[in-house]
Order: sequence, then C-alpha cells, then structure tokens
Amino acid sequence: MSLVLKISRLAKQFRLHLQGGVRIPVFDDLALELQQGEALAVTGPSGKGKSSLLKLIYGTYKAGGGEILVRHEHDWLDLAHAEPRQVLAVRRQTIGYVTQFLRVIPRIPALDIVAEPLLERGVAAEEARGRAASLLERLNIPARLWSLSPMTFSGGEQQRVNIARGFAAPYPILLLDEPTASLDEENKARVLAMISEARAQGSAIIGIFHDAVDRKAVCTREFDLDHLKSDKA
Amino acid sequence: MTGPLLAADNISKFYDGRVACDKVSFELWPGEVLAVVGESGSGKTTLLKCLSMQIALSSGRVLYSLRDGRMESLADLSEAERRFLMRTDWGFVHQDPREGLRMGVSAGANVGERLMAVGERHYGRIRDTALDWLDRVEIAGDRIDDSPRHYSGGMRQRLQIARNLVTAPRLVFMDEPTGGLDVSVQARLLDLLRGLVRSLGLSVIIVTHDLAVARLLSTRILVMQQGKVIETGLTDQVLEDPQAPYTQLLVSSVLQV
Repeated sequence: MSLVLKISRLAKQFRLHLQGGVRIPVFDDLALELQQGEALAVTGPSGKGKSSLLKLIYGTYKAGGGEILVRHEHDWLDLAHAEPRQVLAVRRQTIGYVTQFLRVIPRIPALDIVAEPLLERGVAAEEARGRAASLLERLNIPARLWSLSPMTFSGGEQQRVNIARGFAAPYPILLLDEPTASLDEENKARVLAMISEARAQGSAIIGIFHDAVDRKAVCTREFDLDHLKSDKA
Repeated sequence: MTGPLLAADNISKFYDGRVACDKVSFELWPGEVLAVVGESGSGKTTLLKCLSMQIALSSGRVLYSLRDGRMESLADLSEAERRFLMRTDWGFVHQDPREGLRMGVSAGANVGERLMAVGERHYGRIRDTALDWLDRVEIAGDRIDDSPRHYSGGMRQRLQIARNLVTAPRLVFMDEPTGGLDVSVQARLLDLLRGLVRSLGLSVIIVTHDLAVARLLSTRILVMQQGKVIETGLTDQVLEDPQAPYTQLLVSSVLQV
C-alpha cells in the first residue's frame, strides 16, 4: 500500500457577499489520508460538506487553508496552492471525478463524451472510441443512442454516460458523487462491479453513497464528517 | 515548450486620463484557453487590443514566445516579425465578421488570401486548402465562389474562423465571437470552436460577457472590473466558487451557467 492523497488542516468557508457577507463554515481543520487500493466512503448528513470535500480535492472549490497533497506522476503536488495548468494536468492523469449530473454539451455524441478523457491523454481516436463503446455497452446504453447528444436522454441514461466517461481512462484516484443514484438494480450492480474492478487495479476511491448496502458492498473504510464536527465541538 | 506563450507584464492603458486597463499581469501557456469576462466598460476589449498590438500600451509590456523560442517584448519586434505575427502566427476573430473579412471578394479568396501572405502561390493548392477549411467550418464547398455578402451571420462568422485558422496560428484572439448571433446559431458555432481549439491545440484569449461561452470554451477565467483583474482561476472554480463580490454578482446574475 502506498499513500496517494494526504489532506491536512483543510479549511473552507463560503462568504456570500451578496447576502450581507454571511459566512458559511464547511471545514476548519480536516485531515485525511488515502492509500492506493482503498475505497473510502464519505458519510454524514446532508449539508455537512460531502460533495464540497470532493470538489475541494478536484479543485472546483478553492481551499481556504491547509494542504491537499496528491501524488501526481512521481511527485507530490499541493492542489490547494497549484497553478491552474497543474490542476488540469492532475485532472487529466491522476484524479477522475464522476459528478452527480452529466454536463451535456449540445451536438456532441455520447460516444465522444465518453471517449474525451482518453483523447485528452493522447490515445488514438479509434482506440478511445472502442473503449467508450465497450463501456456504454456494459452500462446498457443501446448502440443506436451512441451517435446522439445525451441532451434528450433520460436522467438514468445521462448518469450512465457520465459514469462511462469517468471510467474511460484509469486514474490513481477516483472521486464518485452518488454514482448509483437514479440507477435501476441491474445497472447499479454493474456500476458497483466497475468500482470494485477499478480498486482491484490499484485506484483509490473516495465516494458518496446514500445507500448503505451499496456503501458496504464497495467501501473499505468510512469517513464520517458529522463525527468530525462533533469531535471538535 | 516549457514556458508561457504570452505574458502580460503590468500593462496599463489610459484614455484622456481615464484608466481603461489598470496594471494587468498574467501568463498564457500553450494550449490554454483564457476567457476574459466582465461587464461592458470593464476594459476587457481594451486589454485584448493591447495584447494584440492593435493599440499602444500606456505602460508595461507584453512578452511573446516567438517560434524560434525567444521571448521578446512585442514593442521591440522588427517590422517583419510583427507582420509575421499578424498575418500568420496570430488569428483575430472579431465580433462583427465584416471587420475580419473582405466583403468584396469570394469566400475562397478570403481563406486563400492569408495563405498567399505566407508565400503560397500555387492556385490549385490554395483552392484545395480553402475547400478543406470551408468543410471544417461546415460551409458547403459549392459556396466557395460566393461573396460573404450573400452569407448568413453564422456562416460569415464560420468563414472568419476558417480565414484565421488556415495559417495554423499558435494564438487566436477572439472578441465576443458569438455576440451578434441568435442562440441556435451560437450553439453550433461554440461546438465548432470547441472542437477546433481542442483538435488543433490552440492557445486562445477570448473576451466575452457570456459566462456560458466561457464555461464551454475556456480552461481559465480572468474577471475584470473597472480596468482591473479582480479574480482569476480555473473556469469551473471561478464559476462554482467565485470569491470576489463582483464575480459572485456576475455568476448569480446568470440564469444557468
């Protein structure tokens, strides 16, 4: 086992300037370590910052203080203080992120949306599309839909396209924000199997799973944000 | 390349004592797409014109990495080097395609002209390249001999893009490229631009007041207010976790980004 992510003294608060400058504290001293091959479930009631933690690690939210050290290629990089182009390189190679909802771009076919992370790594178009097709097939997206933009797809279909995209390229660290929400039992089982396979191949996973059964099925450890807060109180 | 393609070093522009652009510094690295956002009058178009040598700076300097690897101040370039940047190594997509096109000549000539400026003389090759570019911007080949006067607004804008990209520029400046177009035409143009920017690995500085355009095309955002850069960061970070009061106002004023 080797360490792939080390968060220390992470602080985050939102300041809403348009609403009288009100401050919403999220974290003030969060610490977390993640080893290769682990699957960590982030738990806690809604509003305790589960999604915020994933967004801080991905760089979508700006850390207010502390360090987010990630092992990127052969070095450690502090994402809390990295340049945008470094964060983009980490997103390309090291950290994958399956968001709750697919961001649909008009006119881009589902197959290309899924293949894009591979293309960005310089994988040849044919190979990338082949891998994308096998993922869409595995997630039960009918082949007749692959050439269409997912604009008109159902919520569950969009989510499966999103998951296929997240799993197209292998990442040392994979962030999953409720990947099994809005899926039927059959598709849920397939996604859980894909998560376990990614872990077996060496990915470290941090995920949010509302369903305790899903959580138990794939996670090796839990990280309770509610507990974290009450400890400090 | 291991350094920035372009670096703005403390650049300012005053008009009659009024500050249009106030001590702006940033770097643009190869392959980055930087969106400059802000309301009208925030100085974003002035900044673009300063960077692309269309207007003189009041103070500061703009450094650019030439193809031979030298990083030079634009003000120190020879006339030949400047001409090379303007005609070949840079593209400039104006909001109004009539500013970027020659309306009196055919579409094919509009594309071919920039090729001829870099020394291409073979008529057949110029026409083939022009046809190829028209196809890449989704203009039917049988419209090659038409004047852009007979093109729709969306087609003119796509032609302007082809004219700019035919010389394989490394840096493209865009000023509200979707500004004058209606929404469905905008979407098509944005997809096209997004695809071209990615497949060609272009570096782009795009001025827009439309945060949805910034979201779709850019990797980084620079927010301007009253001539100053007040916030900068990754596109998704600036839009989802804006820090400055003005940026929060901009983001919250959009229905959906």
